[in-house]
Amino acid sequence: MNKVYTKISQITKATCSLKATGVGFDELAFIGGRLAQVVKIWGDEVTLQVFSGTEGIPTNAEVTFLGKAPTLKVGDELCGRFFDAFGKPIDGGPEIDGEEREIGGPSVNPVRRKQPSELIATGIAGIDLNNTLVSGQKIPFFADPDQPYNQVMANVAMKAKTDRIILGGMGLTNDDYLYFKNLFENAGILDHIVSFVNTTERPPVERLLVPDMALTAAEYFAVDKNEKVLVLLTDMTLYADALSIVSNRMDQIPSKDSMPGSLYSDLAKIYEKAVQFPNGGSITIIAVTTLSGGDITHAIPDNTGYITEGQLFLRKDTEVGKVIVDPFRSLSRLKQLVIGKKTREDHPQVMNAAIRLYADAANARTKQENGFDLTDYDRRVLSFAKDYSNDLLAIDVDLKTDEMLDKAWTLFAKYFSPSEVAIKKAISDKFWKGSKD
Amino acid sequence: MNEKTKGKVISIISNLVLVKIEGPVFQNEICYICLGSERLMAEVIKVIGETAYVQVFESTRGLKPGTVVEFDGHMLEVKLGPGLLSKNFDGLQNDLDKMDGVFLKRGCYTNALEDDKKWAFTPLAKVGDEVEAGDWLGNVKENWLDHKIMVPFKFEGRYSVESIVPEGEYTILDTIAVLRDAKGVSHNVTMVQHWPVKVAVRAYKDKPRPYRQLETGIRVIDTMNPILEGGTGFIPGPFGTGKTVLQHSLAKYAEADVIIMAACGERANEVVEIFSEFPHLVDPRTGRSLYERTTIIANTSNMPVAAREASVYTAMTIGEYYRAMGLKVFLLADSTSRWAQALREMSNRLEELPGQDAFPMDLSAVIAGFYARAGIVKLNNGKTGSITFIGTVSPAGGNLKEPVTESTKKAARCFYALSQNRADSKRYPAIDSLESYSKYLEYPEFVEFSKKNIREGWVDLVNEARNMLVRGKEMQEQINILGDDSVPIDYHIVLWKSELIDFTILQQDAFDKIDASTSMERQRYMLEKIIDVTRADFNFGSYEDVAPFFKNLINVFRQMNYSEFKSEQFFGFEKEALELVSQVTEDKK
Repeated sequence: MNKVYTKISQITKATCSLKATGVGFDELAFIGGRLAQVVKIWGDEVTLQVFSGTEGIPTNAEVTFLGKAPTLKVGDELCGRFFDAFGKPIDGGPEIDGEEREIGGPSVNPVRRKQPSELIATGIAGIDLNNTLVSGQKIPFFADPDQPYNQVMANVAMKAKTDRIILGGMGLTNDDYLYFKNLFENAGILDHIVSFVNTTERPPVERLLVPDMALTAAEYFAVDKNEKVLVLLTDMTLYADALSIVSNRMDQIPSKDSMPGSLYSDLAKIYEKAVQFPNGGSITIIAVTTLSGGDITHAIPDNTGYITEGQLFLRKDTEVGKVIVDPFRSLSRLKQLVIGKKTREDHPQVMNAAIRLYADAANARTKQENGFDLTDYDRRVLSFAKDYSNDLLAIDVDLKTDEMLDKAWTLFAKYFSPSEVAIKKAISDKFWKGSKD
Repeated sequence: MNEKTKGKVISIISNLVLVKIEGPVFQNEICYICLGSERLMAEVIKVIGETAYVQVFESTRGLKPGTVVEFDGHMLEVKLGPGLLSKNFDGLQNDLDKMDGVFLKRGCYTNALEDDKKWAFTPLAKVGDEVEAGDWLGNVKENWLDHKIMVPFKFEGRYSVESIVPEGEYTILDTIAVLRDAKGVSHNVTMVQHWPVKVAVRAYKDKPRPYRQLETGIRVIDTMNPILEGGTGFIPGPFGTGKTVLQHSLAKYAEADVIIMAACGERANEVVEIFSEFPHLVDPRTGRSLYERTTIIANTSNMPVAAREASVYTAMTIGEYYRAMGLKVFLLADSTSRWAQALREMSNRLEELPGQDAFPMDLSAVIAGFYARAGIVKLNNGKTGSITFIGTVSPAGGNLKEPVTESTKKAARCFYALSQNRADSKRYPAIDSLESYSKYLEYPEFVEFSKKNIREGWVDLVNEARNMLVRGKEMQEQINILGDDSVPIDYHIVLWKSELIDFTILQQDAFDKIDASTSMERQRYMLEKIIDVTRADFNFGSYEDVAPFFKNLINVFRQMNYSEFKSEQFFGFEKEALELVSQVTEDKK
């Protein structure tokens, strides 16, 4: 049945072309033992994208077509295992024996989606207090490469109350891969986790499969098992870079920042897999998009921002010497669905008041830097900002949401009068700590 | 149409498929690729010799050369008839609620209307009447709206009514009238008709310039940059500037009979928000569910790209259908940038020479052509109908010089610039009223209209407010450079007068029951009051007194905004505000 072809007519850095018949679009093939996928059929000429690169492929390499799109075998056995971009184990364990599913499957009918409404607590106040996550949400960390985004994300994953975690690592350094592996093993939560990893040692084009692999596994747990699944994707910038490599090899006209014109759709297809299913299962996606020099107008973060439901910005606060979740530039678009409803009633007001005072502190700092005199209020907001940053915004904070709110009230009372904090009287009366003058 | 043309797939690049044709086809003809039991819908976008280039509205995974293609003999059409309201369609007008399962299935197409539902029909035309396309034959009640059954738009020339059914219950497939054309041939007419989405419906007498204001209830639009019935506008905004909240406010409060929302390539969860909230929202004018007069076209970002392009046209055509009934249609498309990106993806695959940012060269023309389909029209029977269209644009990198924003700027008459700065400082809606403009403000038709319906000299009053805002901005810059105490006290006063306008007129609380929507009468009342205050001469001892005074005054005026119009409470706050003002203005006398 499987015809073997041995005459390759064209080889580029990422693709091979040959004459073949009866081949379907998106179908997989082996070229000299390497996995490839059909990306173009032009008459009887078929162009294949070779995932591991074309180095050393001879023009007479054996080509066989598999008659199917990329698939993943799904089952409970996935848990606790590490796979490569093709779904092959890389942890020395046995192959998975499960139901074979095509990756990159269809989208959820929008009328069947449920409105996300369940809070995901992480213990990190910069997230839970100011940018609350909701199941079914998709949100990236926007971080510069020198920031500890993988550690923060791992932290979030470990603390978040979900049934299952799927890690999709694209272009992870070997060190980071081992970091995740050891962390999960040591925490004893390995059996909750499935990992698909493409390390930097592997060819970049391979990583194009990672998100779809991870999300196919996620859909298995969320749809078949009604579980709350958290998908971690790091680093989506490297994924987009791989897209641009392929589109470049295919002679496509690049649009902004050398990215393919379809970048928005390509990213949306991944992120829109985040969903609250009607049966109770959900897929939440937390991703990492590394920035270059904090530039969010670059095509990758820009398109991402239009797709995702907010973004979390990491920033080093030099004053307290800690990495914080920047309250100004971070945003969770879905927080309105839960704060004050699934959390304590004072949550929205406390959140806004604290951020407003923090903004006043930023103004006071500018004043200070420009050599203007500071008022007493300026000095108080500056002290408040320092405490707020250290005790709440820093990513090493681990508190319950009520404790975060109490902490904020304590800081309010320490530096301000109720009228300066300007929280609705009914709420202020109930929660204000200490004297009210 | 007799024999349908067939063809065979020869080449495939993602959703662009080349088909060898065995007969005639026409540009934009719809065809179906018969892949096993699935039929994938596609549209002809280019023909070279015997090869048709078709864009497929579905994933082409597994498609092989040699697959049979059947051409359908018509362009991409929508089905028009009673039952379009309260529906959730995809970009190709498939009823999403009729689809099985949680996931969308490839090649699954559903009926946009209900074939067996009975509608209470009342004839409007009589036997012997002379009619033409778009003329009203009868009336059915769709929810509470009068839905006119019309002579199909495709009918050319004049017809006479040969017969028409009496009042009664009919399905959309029952013949309700028989029309005879000039040659004496009879044609059966049902309640349903088809129309190709990319062709503008022209079944009206003429298209005058817009002249009546369309109230949206949003002050920064109605007062500062009004949109007219049949007008066009667009909202560009970087992400996170409240574009979606603004769109939802517009949909909720705009004074329209029918609302069509095209969610074009945007987040699915936002559409879910509309699905779950709109049925519970009470239409302030009818007291019934807002959903009863709303149609949603949802083509979210993860749905096939080619169908995304179709979705805005589907929405516009449905709008044109309701406009022909003499209704006021309000059409919102979020976002037209995604539509333009869909055009770009396809142009790219066709290997066309690209324009700026790899967008197709004819982008401007395509956008202008689309905006031109909105407008107010005079129907054959003298009544008017309108489509007011507001599109959002998602400028890449927040840069308003990118091709989609620029092209749209040429086509739309109102520009509502969302500003990141305003959003950051929580001044919502974050429309920057100085950057924004409404060309309608200069229309003599609108000046005339406002004179009659709002007040004498309304446009002058608006311009006065605008000037104050400009001056306030200039003062702010001066103060920033020179410092608070090195500028004359008047600078502070002017700045705070402009802040007063900003806080009480421009800013509006979309989540407050009363403030969310303001009637034109109330907007006039408030603008007059605020302008009066800004005209007064203020007398302060020190610049440090200016800000606290105005902050206090703004707070009182805002309480007025939160109170029921002309209630005791409302007048109470007004009195309090005016007393505050008189304290600092009287000192001088």
